[in-house]
Amino acid sequence: MTAYQDPPLAERQIALIDLLDRLLTGGVVITGDIVLSIADIDLVRISLRAVIVSVQEQQWAALPAAALVEGTDRHDQPG
Amino acid sequence: MPPAAEAVDARLSYAYAVLRPVASPPADASVAAAAADALTGVHGVADAAVRLVHHGSVAAAVSSVPRTDFSEAALKAHLEDLDWLETVARAHHLVVETLGTHTTVLPLRLATVYLDDDRVRDMLREGEQNFTTLLDRLAGHVEWGVKVYAESSPSPASSPTTTDELAPGRAYLRQRGQQRHAREDARSSAVEAVRRIEEQTRDLAVERARHRPQQGRLAGGTGENIANDAYLVPSRHADAFRERALHAADGLPGVRVEVTGPWVPYSFTARPESEAPAPEEVRQR
Repeated sequence: MTAYQDPPLAERQIALIDLLDRLLTGGVVITGDIVLSIADIDLVRISLRAVIVSVQEQQWAALPAAALVEGTDRHDQPG
Repeated sequence: MPPAAEAVDARLSYAYAVLRPVASPPADASVAAAAADALTGVHGVADAAVRLVHHGSVAAAVSSVPRTDFSEAALKAHLEDLDWLETVARAHHLVVETLGTHTTVLPLRLATVYLDDDRVRDMLREGEQNFTTLLDRLAGHVEWGVKVYAESSPSPASSPTTTDELAPGRAYLRQRGQQRHAREDARSSAVEAVRRIEEQTRDLAVERARHRPQQGRLAGGTGENIANDAYLVPSRHADAFRERALHAADGLPGVRVEVTGPWVPYSFTARPESEAPAPEEVRQR
């Protein structure tokens, strides 16, 4: 169980940019069957940059787990 | 339940998140069942129903989406359309968050798409161990977003009288100089605020991730975004964390702190081991 307070939906209209920060640079990256090639992702990234500028440069490239969390500064390393 | 067969070949399986359909402590089993129930009325991406696809101890929340919109070529085109992206992002988030109010979820990156549910099961089988490790780590935690802004309010120092005494050119330059100083001051205050927040929440948060500071026309708000961080916080400390983060910068001039969330821990889904179904296709350029 989480401690979510569950405020009314109206108060939870989330800023798109905060959502995109998380959905485009967070979340588990696994290869689906539909895979955008690097070139495609570059296109997407470039076209989005104009509006969000939040998609990380390196995140598409490197894959070690650490790369998925943008921060290098962890208080607590898992396992 | 998904509508059966007829148009199966025109559909792809869009995966939102991985969870444990039956939690290991039996007491939580009903919670996980409630999560599945909660999906009943939820419209996911492409307005589709959401179902759970199971393998072993894990399951993925999945929707059938039209191939015409989620094939590689279609995705490539759509992702450049901000309205389309927003619709999909909000639908993805709604599903993840709905599940997250009931059980621990591991959100997947936006637009993780499979040919069919069998392929989703393959993914679950390959990743099961890593998924359960991550789910264990994230259980009972929430994510808070903490954004720190340097407010670029014009310098209050330049009163009209002072301006009048100087030649217009000099007055202008002086004002510009004052504004620049005010901006620099606000920036250093913001950096100090970031430090204080980190320090004062150190015993409440277990991990921090940094997102790139927000700019551009979606950024909104006033001021310059200096830090755009996410903190992973045990649920029992959630309220205390928020309070501390909001007040850590009290007294620092020109600084605004914004806390968003609580989020499902999107920013903390890095695999502890790299043995999960590796995203080989996304390799170094």
